[in-house]
Amino acid sequence: MNQILDGLLKMVSDWTGKFDGAFNIRENGGCAGRRSTEHIKIESKKDQPGLDIRILPGTKGESVSIPACVTHGGVDDLTYNDFYVGENADVTIVAGCGVHTETGEPARHNGIHRFFLEKGARVKYLEKHVGTGKGAGIRRIDPVTEVFMAEDSVMIMETSQIGGVDSTTRVTRATLAANAKLHIHERLLTEGTQEARTEFEVVMNGDGAGTDLISRSVARGDSKQSYRSVITGNAACTGHSECDAIIGENGSVAAAPELVANHADAALIHEAAIGKIAGEQILKLQTLGLTEKEAEDKIVEGFLR
Amino acid sequence: MLELKDIVWRAPDGEAILKGVSLTVPDDTLMVVTGPNGGGKTTLARVIAGLEKPESGKILLDGEDITDLNVTERARRGVSYAFQQPVRFKGLLVRQLLELAAGEPMTEKRLCEVLSRVGLCAREYIDREVNATLSGGEIKRIEIATVLLRHTRLTIFDEPEAGIDLWSFGNLIDVFRDLRTNIRGSMLIISHQERILQIADQIAVIAGGALKRVGAVSEVMPELMADAGNPSCCGRREAFAG
Repeated sequence: MNQILDGLLKMVSDWTGKFDGAFNIRENGGCAGRRSTEHIKIESKKDQPGLDIRILPGTKGESVSIPACVTHGGVDDLTYNDFYVGENADVTIVAGCGVHTETGEPARHNGIHRFFLEKGARVKYLEKHVGTGKGAGIRRIDPVTEVFMAEDSVMIMETSQIGGVDSTTRVTRATLAANAKLHIHERLLTEGTQEARTEFEVVMNGDGAGTDLISRSVARGDSKQSYRSVITGNAACTGHSECDAIIGENGSVAAAPELVANHADAALIHEAAIGKIAGEQILKLQTLGLTEKEAEDKIVEGFLR
Repeated sequence: MLELKDIVWRAPDGEAILKGVSLTVPDDTLMVVTGPNGGGKTTLARVIAGLEKPESGKILLDGEDITDLNVTERARRGVSYAFQQPVRFKGLLVRQLLELAAGEPMTEKRLCEVLSRVGLCAREYIDREVNATLSGGEIKRIEIATVLLRHTRLTIFDEPEAGIDLWSFGNLIDVFRDLRTNIRGSMLIISHQERILQIADQIAVIAGGALKRVGAVSEVMPELMADAGNPSCCGRREAFAG
Protein backbone atom coordinates (compact mmCIF):
# COMPACT_ATOMS: atom_id res chain seq x y z
CA MET A 1 0.00 0.00 0.00
CA ASN A 2 1.41 3.43 -0.87
CA GLN A 3 2.07 6.05 1.79
CA ILE A 4 -0.55 8.48 0.51
CA LEU A 5 -3.33 5.89 0.79
CA ASP A 6 -2.08 4.75 4.19
CA GLY A 7 -2.00 8.37 5.44
CA LEU A 8 -5.49 9.15 4.13
CA LEU A 9 -6.93 5.96 5.65
CA LYS A 10 -5.50 6.86 9.04
CA MET A 11 -7.09 10.31 8.85
CA VAL A 12 -10.55 9.31 7.70
CA SER A 13 -11.16 5.92 9.28
CA ASP A 14 -10.12 3.66 12.14
CA TRP A 15 -7.35 2.15 9.99
CA THR A 16 -4.38 0.93 12.03
CA GLY A 17 -2.78 -1.05 9.21
CA LYS A 18 -5.85 -3.30 9.32
CA PHE A 19 -9.56 -3.17 10.02
CA ASP A 20 -11.18 -5.24 12.73
CA GLY A 21 -14.57 -5.79 11.12
CA ALA A 22 -15.96 -5.89 7.61
CA PHE A 23 -14.40 -3.42 5.19
CA ASN A 24 -13.96 -2.24 1.65
CA ILE A 25 -11.17 0.14 0.62
CA ARG A 26 -11.93 2.16 -2.48
CA GLU A 27 -8.85 3.66 -4.15
CA ASN A 28 -9.25 5.87 -7.22
CA GLY A 29 -12.47 4.10 -8.14
CA GLY A 30 -11.06 0.57 -7.75
CA CYS A 31 -11.17 -1.92 -4.90
CA ALA A 32 -7.95 -2.09 -2.83
CA GLY A 33 -9.24 -4.64 -0.33
CA ARG A 34 -12.49 -6.14 0.96
CA ARG A 35 -13.72 -8.43 3.67
CA SER A 36 -17.24 -9.58 4.49
CA THR A 37 -18.05 -11.19 7.81
CA GLU A 38 -20.62 -13.73 8.90
CA HIS A 39 -23.15 -10.99 9.58
CA ILE A 40 -22.09 -8.22 7.23
CA LYS A 41 -21.96 -8.92 3.51
CA ILE A 42 -20.31 -6.51 1.08
CA GLU A 43 -20.91 -6.95 -2.65
CA SER A 44 -20.22 -4.81 -5.73
CA LYS A 45 -23.26 -3.41 -7.47
CA LYS A 46 -24.02 -4.95 -10.85
CA ASP A 47 -25.45 -1.93 -12.65
CA GLN A 48 -23.42 1.02 -11.33
CA PRO A 49 -20.24 1.75 -9.36
CA GLY A 50 -20.58 1.11 -5.66
CA LEU A 51 -21.50 -1.44 -3.03
CA ASP A 52 -24.45 -3.16 -1.44
CA ILE A 53 -23.79 -3.71 2.23
CA ARG A 54 -26.19 -6.03 3.99
CA ILE A 55 -26.16 -6.17 7.76
CA LEU A 56 -28.15 -9.13 9.01
CA PRO A 57 -30.96 -8.66 11.56
CA GLY A 58 -29.76 -8.81 15.14
CA THR A 59 -26.08 -8.14 14.34
CA LYS A 60 -24.64 -6.57 17.48
CA GLY A 61 -21.46 -4.62 18.18
CA GLU A 62 -19.86 -5.10 14.76
CA SER A 63 -18.39 -2.46 12.51
CA VAL A 64 -18.04 -1.91 8.80
CA SER A 65 -15.56 0.52 7.25
CA ILE A 66 -15.78 1.64 3.66
CA PRO A 67 -13.20 4.41 3.21
CA ALA A 68 -12.83 5.93 -0.25
CA CYS A 69 -9.61 7.64 -1.26
CA VAL A 70 -8.43 9.54 -4.28
CA THR A 71 -4.62 9.55 -4.17
CA HIS A 72 -3.76 11.68 -7.21
CA GLY A 73 -5.10 14.39 -9.51
CA GLY A 74 -7.14 13.77 -12.62
CA VAL A 75 -9.63 11.48 -10.84
CA ASP A 76 -13.36 12.17 -10.66
CA ASP A 77 -14.73 9.28 -8.63
CA LEU A 78 -18.44 8.55 -8.22
CA THR A 79 -19.85 5.76 -6.08
CA TYR A 80 -23.26 4.59 -4.89
CA ASN A 81 -23.24 2.67 -1.63
CA ASP A 82 -26.40 1.21 -0.13
CA PHE A 83 -26.57 -0.04 3.46
CA TYR A 84 -29.37 -2.40 4.41
CA VAL A 85 -29.47 -2.62 8.19
CA GLY A 86 -31.59 -5.50 9.48
CA GLU A 87 -34.09 -5.46 12.33
CA ASN A 88 -32.57 -4.77 15.77
CA ALA A 89 -29.02 -4.72 14.43
CA ASP A 90 -26.65 -2.39 16.32
CA VAL A 91 -23.54 -1.48 14.32
CA THR A 92 -20.96 1.20 13.62
CA ILE A 93 -20.38 2.30 10.04
CA VAL A 94 -17.29 4.32 9.12
CA ALA A 95 -17.26 5.93 5.69
CA GLY A 96 -14.44 8.43 5.52
CA CYS A 97 -13.16 10.01 2.36
CA GLY A 98 -9.78 11.52 1.55
CA VAL A 99 -8.68 13.27 -1.63
CA HIS A 100 -5.06 14.02 -2.49
CA THR A 101 -3.57 15.83 -5.44
CA GLU A 102 -0.18 17.37 -6.10
CA THR A 103 -0.21 17.58 -9.88
CA GLY A 104 -2.36 20.68 -10.26
CA GLU A 105 -5.16 18.51 -11.62
CA PRO A 106 -8.44 18.24 -9.68
CA ALA A 107 -9.28 15.29 -7.42
CA ARG A 108 -12.93 14.63 -6.64
CA HIS A 109 -14.92 12.04 -4.77
CA ASN A 110 -18.68 11.98 -4.91
CA GLY A 111 -20.19 9.37 -2.60
CA ILE A 112 -23.90 8.76 -2.59
CA HIS A 113 -24.83 6.74 0.48
CA ARG A 114 -28.27 5.37 1.20
CA PHE A 115 -29.19 3.80 4.52
CA PHE A 116 -32.24 1.61 4.97
CA LEU A 117 -32.77 0.99 8.68
CA GLU A 118 -35.32 -1.66 9.56
CA LYS A 119 -37.39 -1.70 12.71
CA GLY A 120 -35.34 -1.19 15.88
CA ALA A 121 -32.00 -0.95 14.03
CA ARG A 122 -29.30 1.28 15.54
CA VAL A 123 -26.46 2.77 13.53
CA LYS A 124 -23.58 4.94 14.55
CA TYR A 125 -22.33 6.49 11.33
CA LEU A 126 -18.96 8.23 11.26
CA GLU A 127 -17.97 10.24 8.21
CA LYS A 128 -14.69 12.14 8.05
CA HIS A 129 -13.53 14.12 5.05
CA VAL A 130 -10.10 15.50 4.38
CA GLY A 131 -8.06 16.91 1.52
CA THR A 132 -4.26 16.74 1.36
CA GLY A 133 -1.37 17.52 -0.96
CA LYS A 134 0.18 20.65 -2.41
CA GLY A 135 -0.49 22.48 -5.66
CA ALA A 136 -3.44 24.25 -7.18
CA GLY A 137 -5.44 21.13 -8.06
CA ILE A 138 -8.96 21.45 -6.64
CA ARG A 139 -9.83 18.92 -3.92
CA ARG A 140 -13.52 18.31 -3.95
CA ILE A 141 -15.83 16.04 -1.94
CA ASP A 142 -19.58 16.07 -2.52
CA PRO A 143 -21.29 13.54 -0.28
CA VAL A 144 -25.00 12.75 -0.46
CA THR A 145 -26.52 10.83 2.43
CA GLU A 146 -30.08 9.52 2.31
CA VAL A 147 -31.54 7.79 5.34
CA PHE A 148 -34.80 5.84 5.48
CA MET A 149 -35.68 4.99 9.06
CA ALA A 150 -38.34 2.46 10.08
CA GLU A 151 -40.11 2.47 13.44
CA ASP A 152 -37.94 2.61 16.56
CA SER A 153 -34.70 2.86 14.59
CA VAL A 154 -31.89 5.14 15.73
CA MET A 155 -29.09 6.76 13.76
CA ILE A 156 -26.28 8.85 15.20
CA MET A 157 -24.31 10.52 12.44
CA GLU A 158 -21.05 12.30 13.14
CA THR A 159 -19.75 14.04 10.10
CA SER A 160 -16.69 16.23 9.87
CA GLN A 161 -14.53 18.02 7.37
CA ILE A 162 -11.48 19.45 9.04
CA GLY A 163 -9.30 21.10 6.45
CA GLY A 164 -7.90 20.71 3.00
CA VAL A 165 -11.11 20.41 0.94
CA ASP A 166 -11.49 23.27 -1.55
CA SER A 167 -15.10 22.76 -2.39
CA THR A 168 -17.86 20.65 -0.92
CA THR A 169 -21.60 20.31 -1.08
CA ARG A 170 -22.88 18.08 1.68
CA VAL A 171 -26.47 16.95 1.32
CA THR A 172 -28.25 14.84 3.93
CA ARG A 173 -31.88 13.79 3.64
CA ALA A 174 -33.81 11.59 6.06
CA THR A 175 -37.31 10.22 6.48
CA LEU A 176 -38.38 9.01 9.91
CA ALA A 177 -41.20 6.66 10.88
CA ALA A 178 -42.77 6.48 14.37
CA ASN A 179 -40.32 6.68 17.29
CA ALA A 180 -37.30 6.82 15.00
CA LYS A 181 -34.51 9.08 16.26
CA LEU A 182 -31.88 10.83 14.17
CA HIS A 183 -28.98 12.77 15.67
CA ILE A 184 -26.55 14.54 13.38
CA HIS A 185 -23.43 16.32 14.59
CA GLU A 186 -21.56 18.16 11.86
CA ARG A 187 -18.16 19.81 12.26
CA LEU A 188 -16.75 21.91 9.50
CA LEU A 189 -13.60 24.00 9.08
CA THR A 190 -12.86 26.08 6.01
CA GLU A 191 -9.80 28.21 5.36
CA GLY A 192 -8.21 30.15 2.48
CA THR A 193 -10.65 30.35 -0.42
CA GLN A 194 -12.47 27.09 0.40
CA GLU A 195 -16.23 26.84 0.01
CA ALA A 196 -18.65 24.55 1.80
CA ARG A 197 -22.36 24.10 1.47
CA THR A 198 -24.44 22.03 3.88
CA GLU A 199 -28.03 20.98 3.32
CA PHE A 200 -30.11 18.98 5.76
CA GLU A 201 -33.65 17.84 5.06
CA VAL A 202 -35.43 15.76 7.67
CA VAL A 203 -39.05 14.67 7.36
CA MET A 204 -40.74 13.10 10.38
CA ASN A 205 -43.83 11.11 9.47
CA GLY A 206 -44.52 9.08 12.63
CA ASP A 207 -45.57 9.96 16.17
CA GLY A 208 -42.68 10.00 18.63
CA ALA A 209 -40.05 10.61 15.95
CA GLY A 210 -37.26 12.98 16.90
CA THR A 211 -34.30 14.67 15.32
CA ASP A 212 -31.44 16.77 16.60
CA LEU A 213 -29.20 18.51 14.05
CA ILE A 214 -26.11 20.20 15.39
CA SER A 215 -23.72 21.98 13.09
CA ARG A 216 -20.60 23.70 14.33
CA SER A 217 -18.39 25.40 11.85
CA VAL A 218 -15.44 27.72 11.60
CA ALA A 219 -14.83 29.88 8.52
CA ARG A 220 -11.39 31.49 8.39
CA GLY A 221 -9.41 33.35 5.74
CA ASP A 222 -11.59 34.23 2.75
CA SER A 223 -13.63 31.02 2.97
CA LYS A 224 -17.37 30.84 2.50
CA GLN A 225 -19.97 28.54 3.99
CA SER A 226 -23.68 28.19 3.70
CA TYR A 227 -26.00 26.15 5.88
CA ARG A 228 -29.57 25.25 5.11
CA SER A 229 -31.76 22.94 7.13
CA VAL A 230 -35.40 22.02 6.71
CA ILE A 231 -37.11 20.01 9.42
CA THR A 232 -40.64 18.94 8.59
CA GLY A 233 -42.96 17.51 11.22
CA ASN A 234 -45.94 15.61 9.86
CA ALA A 235 -46.82 13.95 13.19
CA ALA A 236 -46.46 14.41 16.95
CA CYS A 237 -42.67 14.66 16.87
CA THR A 238 -39.75 16.76 18.12
CA GLY A 239 -37.13 18.50 16.04
CA HIS A 240 -34.21 20.70 17.03
CA SER A 241 -31.52 22.23 14.92
CA GLU A 242 -28.60 24.31 16.07
CA CYS A 243 -26.18 26.05 13.75
CA ASP A 244 -23.23 27.72 15.46
CA ALA A 245 -20.50 29.31 13.43
CA ILE A 246 -17.32 31.14 14.28
CA ILE A 247 -16.00 33.47 11.63
CA GLY A 248 -12.48 34.89 11.53
CA GLU A 249 -10.64 37.24 9.17
CA ASN A 250 -12.82 37.57 6.04
CA GLY A 251 -14.75 34.32 6.51
CA SER A 252 -18.42 34.32 5.63
CA VAL A 253 -21.29 32.11 6.80
CA ALA A 254 -24.91 32.20 5.67
CA ALA A 255 -27.39 30.19 7.75
CA ALA A 256 -30.93 29.53 6.57
CA PRO A 257 -32.85 27.30 8.94
CA GLU A 258 -36.38 26.31 8.09
CA LEU A 259 -39.03 24.57 10.15
CA VAL A 260 -42.26 23.18 8.72
CA ALA A 261 -44.91 21.96 11.16
CA ASN A 262 -47.85 20.17 9.56
CA HIS A 263 -49.15 18.73 12.82
CA ALA A 264 -50.28 20.60 15.94
CA ASP A 265 -48.07 18.42 18.15
CA ALA A 266 -44.92 18.82 16.11
CA ALA A 267 -42.51 20.66 18.43
CA LEU A 268 -39.77 22.19 16.33
CA ILE A 269 -36.99 24.51 17.48
CA HIS A 270 -34.11 26.18 15.74
CA GLU A 271 -31.12 28.04 17.16
CA ALA A 272 -28.44 29.80 15.14
CA ALA A 273 -25.51 31.95 16.13
CA ILE A 274 -22.74 33.37 13.97
CA GLY A 275 -19.94 35.55 15.21
CA LYS A 276 -16.27 35.90 15.92
CA ILE A 277 -14.68 34.38 19.04
CA ALA A 278 -15.85 36.36 22.06
CA GLY A 279 -13.11 38.62 23.44
CA GLU A 280 -13.80 37.47 27.01
CA GLN A 281 -13.17 33.83 25.98
CA ILE A 282 -9.71 34.75 24.72
CA LEU A 283 -9.03 36.84 27.84
CA LYS A 284 -10.07 34.01 30.17
CA LEU A 285 -7.60 31.61 28.57
CA GLN A 286 -4.93 34.33 28.58
CA THR A 287 -5.39 34.64 32.34
CA LEU A 288 -4.44 30.95 32.45
CA GLY A 289 -1.18 31.77 30.68
CA LEU A 290 -2.06 31.05 27.04
CA THR A 291 -1.09 33.51 24.31
CA GLU A 292 -3.86 35.04 22.21
CA LYS A 293 -3.08 32.65 19.34
CA GLU A 294 -2.98 29.61 21.65
CA ALA A 295 -6.29 30.71 23.19
CA GLU A 296 -7.95 31.04 19.77
CA ASP A 297 -6.67 27.63 18.71
CA LYS A 298 -7.98 25.98 21.91
CA ILE A 299 -11.37 27.66 21.54
CA VAL A 300 -11.68 26.48 17.92
CA GLU A 301 -10.41 22.99 18.81
CA GLY A 302 -13.01 22.68 21.59
CA PHE A 303 -15.76 24.14 19.41
CA LEU A 304 -15.07 21.61 16.64
CA ARG A 305 -14.49 18.71 19.03
CA MET B 1 3.71 41.57 47.21
CA LEU B 2 1.44 43.66 45.01
CA GLU B 3 1.83 47.42 44.90
CA LEU B 4 -0.55 49.75 43.10
CA LYS B 5 0.65 53.32 42.66
CA ASP B 6 -1.79 56.05 41.76
CA ILE B 7 -3.86 54.01 39.29
CA VAL B 8 -6.16 56.03 37.03
CA TRP B 9 -8.60 54.40 34.61
CA ARG B 10 -11.31 56.00 32.50
CA ALA B 11 -14.33 54.43 30.82
CA PRO B 12 -14.52 54.84 27.03
CA ASP B 13 -16.90 57.78 27.55
CA GLY B 14 -14.19 59.61 29.51
CA GLU B 15 -15.66 59.12 32.99
CA ALA B 16 -12.95 58.49 35.59
CA ILE B 17 -13.69 55.14 37.28
CA LEU B 18 -10.42 54.86 39.20
CA LYS B 19 -9.15 58.23 40.38
CA GLY B 20 -5.63 57.51 41.59
CA VAL B 21 -5.75 54.35 43.70
CA SER B 22 -2.66 53.35 45.66
CA LEU B 23 -2.73 50.10 47.60
CA THR B 24 -0.24 47.47 48.83
CA VAL B 25 -1.09 43.82 49.39
CA PRO B 26 1.79 42.29 51.38
CA ASP B 27 2.94 38.67 51.02
CA ASP B 28 0.97 35.98 52.82
CA THR B 29 -1.95 38.34 53.13
CA LEU B 30 -5.60 37.98 52.28
CA MET B 31 -7.05 41.37 51.49
CA VAL B 32 -10.76 41.84 50.88
CA VAL B 33 -11.73 44.85 48.80
CA THR B 34 -15.24 46.03 49.50
CA GLY B 35 -17.37 49.06 48.81
CA PRO B 36 -20.54 50.11 47.01
CA ASN B 37 -21.46 48.80 43.57
CA GLY B 38 -20.09 50.98 40.79
CA GLY B 39 -17.26 52.17 43.04
CA GLY B 40 -14.49 50.73 40.84
CA LYS B 41 -13.67 47.41 42.56
CA THR B 42 -14.08 45.16 39.52
CA THR B 43 -12.23 47.66 37.33
CA LEU B 44 -9.37 47.61 39.82
CA ALA B 45 -9.23 43.80 39.68
CA ARG B 46 -9.28 43.84 35.87
CA VAL B 47 -6.51 46.45 35.79
CA ILE B 48 -4.34 44.27 38.05
CA ALA B 49 -4.92 41.18 35.88
CA GLY B 50 -4.17 43.18 32.73
CA LEU B 51 -7.65 42.97 31.23
CA GLU B 52 -7.81 46.76 31.33
CA LYS B 53 -4.92 49.17 30.84
CA PRO B 54 -4.63 52.08 33.26
CA GLU B 55 -4.32 55.59 31.88
CA SER B 56 -1.58 56.27 34.42
CA GLY B 57 -0.03 54.74 37.50
CA LYS B 58 2.17 51.73 38.18
CA ILE B 59 1.56 48.10 39.14
CA LEU B 60 4.44 46.26 40.80
CA LEU B 61 4.48 42.52 41.51
CA ASP B 62 7.27 41.57 43.90
CA GLY B 63 9.03 44.76 42.88
CA GLU B 64 8.76 44.15 39.13
CA ASP B 65 6.86 46.75 37.11
CA ILE B 66 4.15 44.76 35.27
CA THR B 67 2.11 47.80 34.14
CA ASP B 68 2.97 47.32 30.47
CA LEU B 69 2.72 43.54 30.42
CA ASN B 70 -0.26 41.93 28.72
CA VAL B 71 -2.66 39.42 30.30
CA THR B 72 -0.63 36.37 29.24
CA GLU B 73 2.66 37.79 30.51
CA ARG B 74 1.11 38.67 33.87
CA ALA B 75 -0.47 35.22 34.14
CA ARG B 76 2.92 33.63 33.50
CA ARG B 77 4.49 35.83 36.19
CA GLY B 78 1.99 34.55 38.72
CA VAL B 79 -1.23 36.55 38.51
CA SER B 80 -4.51 34.59 38.63
CA TYR B 81 -7.92 36.11 38.17
CA ALA B 82 -11.34 34.56 38.77
CA PHE B 83 -13.98 36.38 36.73
CA GLN B 84 -17.09 37.74 38.43
CA GLN B 85 -19.11 36.49 35.46
CA PRO B 86 -17.33 33.36 34.26
CA VAL B 87 -16.95 32.88 30.54
CA ARG B 88 -18.70 30.00 28.79
CA PHE B 89 -17.19 27.98 25.94
CA LYS B 90 -19.22 25.83 23.56
CA GLY B 91 -17.50 22.51 23.04
CA LEU B 92 -14.70 22.92 25.58
CA LEU B 93 -15.04 20.33 28.34
CA VAL B 94 -14.68 21.07 32.05
CA ARG B 95 -11.74 18.64 32.08
CA GLN B 96 -10.03 20.53 29.24
CA LEU B 97 -10.50 23.92 30.90
CA LEU B 98 -9.08 22.62 34.17
CA GLU B 99 -6.11 21.07 32.35
CA LEU B 100 -5.42 24.38 30.62
CA ALA B 101 -5.45 26.01 34.07
CA ALA B 102 -3.13 23.36 35.52
CA GLY B 103 -0.88 23.57 32.46
CA GLU B 104 -0.72 19.77 32.19
CA PRO B 105 -2.91 16.69 31.78
CA MET B 106 -4.69 15.74 35.01
CA THR B 107 -5.60 12.38 36.44
CA GLU B 108 -9.19 11.69 37.37
CA LYS B 109 -8.12 11.66 41.02
CA ARG B 110 -6.68 15.17 40.80
CA LEU B 111 -9.71 16.46 38.89
CA CYS B 112 -11.86 14.96 41.60
CA GLU B 113 -9.82 16.64 44.35
CA VAL B 114 -10.04 20.11 42.88
CA LEU B 115 -13.73 19.88 41.98
CA SER B 116 -14.69 18.51 45.36
CA ARG B 117 -12.93 21.50 46.95
CA VAL B 118 -15.47 23.72 45.20
CA GLY B 119 -18.34 21.40 46.02
CA LEU B 120 -18.77 19.58 42.71
CA CYS B 121 -18.71 15.86 42.03
CA ALA B 122 -16.09 15.28 39.32
CA ARG B 123 -17.86 12.33 37.77
CA GLU B 124 -20.85 14.50 36.91
CA TYR B 125 -18.86 17.38 35.48
CA ILE B 126 -15.52 16.55 33.86
CA ASP B 127 -17.02 15.50 30.53
CA ARG B 128 -19.59 18.29 30.41
CA GLU B 129 -19.12 21.30 28.19
CA VAL B 130 -18.41 24.66 29.82
CA ASN B 131 -21.53 26.00 28.10
CA ALA B 132 -24.91 27.49 28.92
CA THR B 133 -26.23 24.19 30.31
CA LEU B 134 -24.19 24.83 33.48
CA SER B 135 -26.04 26.88 36.08
CA GLY B 136 -24.61 30.16 37.39
CA GLY B 137 -23.45 28.45 40.58
CA GLU B 138 -21.87 25.51 38.76
CA ILE B 139 -19.85 27.64 36.37
CA LYS B 140 -18.78 29.90 39.23
CA ARG B 141 -17.36 26.93 41.11
CA ILE B 142 -15.53 25.72 38.00
CA GLU B 143 -14.12 29.24 37.57
CA ILE B 144 -12.83 29.17 41.14
CA ALA B 145 -11.33 25.71 40.52
CA THR B 146 -9.37 27.03 37.50
CA VAL B 147 -7.77 29.59 39.76
CA LEU B 148 -7.11 27.17 42.65
CA LEU B 149 -5.14 24.96 40.26
CA ARG B 150 -2.65 27.66 39.40
CA HIS B 151 -1.05 28.19 42.84
CA THR B 152 0.19 31.63 41.86
CA ARG B 153 1.85 34.48 43.75
CA LEU B 154 -1.19 36.70 43.41
CA THR B 155 -4.75 35.41 43.24
CA ILE B 156 -7.69 37.71 42.61
CA PHE B 157 -11.32 36.66 43.09
CA ASP B 158 -13.97 39.06 41.83
CA GLU B 159 -17.13 38.60 43.92
CA PRO B 160 -16.80 34.83 44.34
CA GLU B 161 -20.13 34.74 46.17
CA ALA B 162 -22.06 36.11 43.16
CA GLY B 163 -24.23 33.38 41.67
CA ILE B 164 -23.61 30.88 44.48
CA ASP B 165 -26.67 29.86 46.44
CA LEU B 166 -26.81 30.47 50.17
CA TRP B 167 -26.94 26.75 50.97
CA SER B 168 -23.49 26.12 49.55
CA PHE B 169 -21.99 29.43 50.57
CA GLY B 170 -20.50 27.92 53.73
CA ASN B 171 -18.58 25.49 51.56
CA LEU B 172 -17.09 28.41 49.64
CA ILE B 173 -16.01 30.10 52.87
CA ASP B 174 -14.20 26.87 53.75
CA VAL B 175 -12.35 27.04 50.43
CA PHE B 176 -11.07 30.52 51.20
CA ARG B 177 -10.30 29.64 54.83
CA ASP B 178 -8.26 26.73 53.52
CA LEU B 179 -6.52 28.98 50.97
CA ARG B 180 -5.90 31.46 53.78
CA THR B 181 -3.94 28.86 55.76
CA ASN B 182 -2.01 27.56 52.76
CA ILE B 183 -1.41 30.90 51.11
CA ARG B 184 1.97 31.30 49.45
CA GLY B 185 1.53 34.78 48.10
CA SER B 186 -1.05 37.52 48.13
CA MET B 187 -4.77 37.07 47.73
CA LEU B 188 -7.26 39.76 46.83
CA ILE B 189 -10.99 39.08 47.10
CA ILE B 190 -13.61 41.55 46.01
CA SER B 191 -16.65 40.90 48.12
CA HIS B 192 -19.66 42.32 49.92
CA GLN B 193 -20.04 39.30 52.17
CA GLU B 194 -19.47 39.74 55.87
CA ARG B 195 -18.29 36.14 56.27
CA ILE B 196 -15.62 36.67 53.64
CA LEU B 197 -14.61 39.97 55.24
CA GLN B 198 -14.23 38.16 58.55
CA ILE B 199 -11.58 35.77 57.25
CA ALA B 200 -9.47 38.60 55.78
CA ASP B 201 -6.21 39.91 57.19
CA GLN B 202 -6.90 43.34 55.80
CA ILE B 203 -9.89 45.16 54.40
CA ALA B 204 -9.75 47.93 51.78
CA VAL B 205 -12.78 50.08 51.06
CA ILE B 206 -13.07 51.48 47.54
CA ALA B 207 -15.82 54.01 46.82
CA GLY B 208 -16.24 56.59 44.10
CA GLY B 209 -13.08 55.39 42.40
CA ALA B 210 -10.86 56.10 45.40
CA LEU B 211 -9.43 54.15 48.33
CA LYS B 212 -11.40 55.30 51.37
CA ARG B 213 -9.89 53.09 54.04
CA VAL B 214 -7.46 50.24 54.43
CA GLY B 215 -6.47 48.44 57.60
CA ALA B 216 -6.61 45.30 59.70
CA VAL B 217 -9.93 43.53 59.81
CA SER B 218 -10.23 44.26 63.55
CA GLU B 219 -10.07 48.00 62.86
CA VAL B 220 -12.08 48.32 59.64
CA MET B 221 -14.81 45.79 60.29
CA PRO B 222 -16.44 47.65 63.24
CA GLU B 223 -16.49 50.84 61.19
CA LEU B 224 -18.16 49.03 58.29
CA MET B 225 -20.74 47.50 60.61
CA ALA B 226 -21.50 50.92 62.06
CA ASP B 227 -21.81 52.43 58.59
CA ALA B 228 -23.70 49.50 57.11
CA GLY B 229 -26.88 51.53 56.76
CA ASN B 230 -25.03 54.35 55.05
CA PRO B 231 -24.94 53.97 51.23
CA SER B 232 -21.73 55.97 51.00
CA CYS B 233 -19.78 53.09 52.51
CA CYS B 234 -20.50 49.44 51.91
CA GLY B 235 -23.92 50.06 50.56
CA ARG B 236 -26.14 47.15 51.38
CA ARG B 237 -26.96 46.19 54.89
CA GLU B 238 -28.15 42.81 53.70
CA ALA B 239 -24.65 42.16 52.51
CA PHE B 240 -23.69 41.85 56.14
CA ALA B 241 -26.61 39.74 57.16
CA GLY B 242 -24.38 36.67 57.23
